[in-house]
Amino acid sequence: MSKIKLPATIGHLERLVGFVSDCAKNTGFSDNRIREIELATEEALVNIFNYAYPDGPGDLEVSCTPQQNASLKIEIMDNGMPFDPLSLPDPDLQADISERKVGGLGIFFMRKMADELQYRREKGCNILTFIFLMKKAD
Amino acid sequence: MEIIYNKTGKASVVSVSGRMDGVSAPEFEEKLSAWIAEGETSFIIDFGSLDYISSAGLRSILVTAKKLKAKNGRLLLCTLKDTVKEVFEISGFSSIVPIYESVNSAVEQI
Repeated sequence: MSKIKLPATIGHLERLVGFVSDCAKNTGFSDNRIREIELATEEALVNIFNYAYPDGPGDLEVSCTPQQNASLKIEIMDNGMPFDPLSLPDPDLQADISERKVGGLGIFFMRKMADELQYRREKGCNILTFIFLMKKAD
Repeated sequence: MEIIYNKTGKASVVSVSGRMDGVSAPEFEEKLSAWIAEGETSFIIDFGSLDYISSAGLRSILVTAKKLKAKNGRLLLCTLKDTVKEVFEISGFSSIVPIYESVNSAVEQI
């Protein structure tokens, strides 16, 4: 298992996503699947940057653990405001250009790209757990 | 992310390369917004060298497309790589913004 802890600000996006990307690469994931993992990870991180710490700075921690069954577990932890992204509904994907809203897509991508996605609140922390298989199940 | 602007005839071709993420997408939106303010109304966005796009990138495209629609302008995308195209397809954005296989086929629409 490898992990990284950094201040939860957009300025650290590249480093955090790069960390996850390197773990997936070292585990043997394909370039295409790595792009999908990066997407799900970015969306989760940006939510935390934007909403977890309204009253001041805070940190977040990302850990990557290769699993037995050709999969990678990624956990993202912050100790900000309780927030379960999975409680939100998917956006309306059919809306035309005038009706289309700009929000909600991030969580949709997290769900869509991961093979499993869970949220739990534990000891004052939000913990998001992603499981990515090397080949995404359809 | 790198953005290169090229005026060819009636259309402005904007080539975007690298990654369009939460950090770089606002830059795309600002640049396009400035060109729209200068009076440009037809844009072809060439994503041939774009490796990655997230919801932040889609958001900046939607905001730009809405601005152009209000001015009877046009925003066309072309030459998307497979992983970028997948993001447009699963989000339903491929039915909001027209996507073409090549720069030339997009230019013909203007």
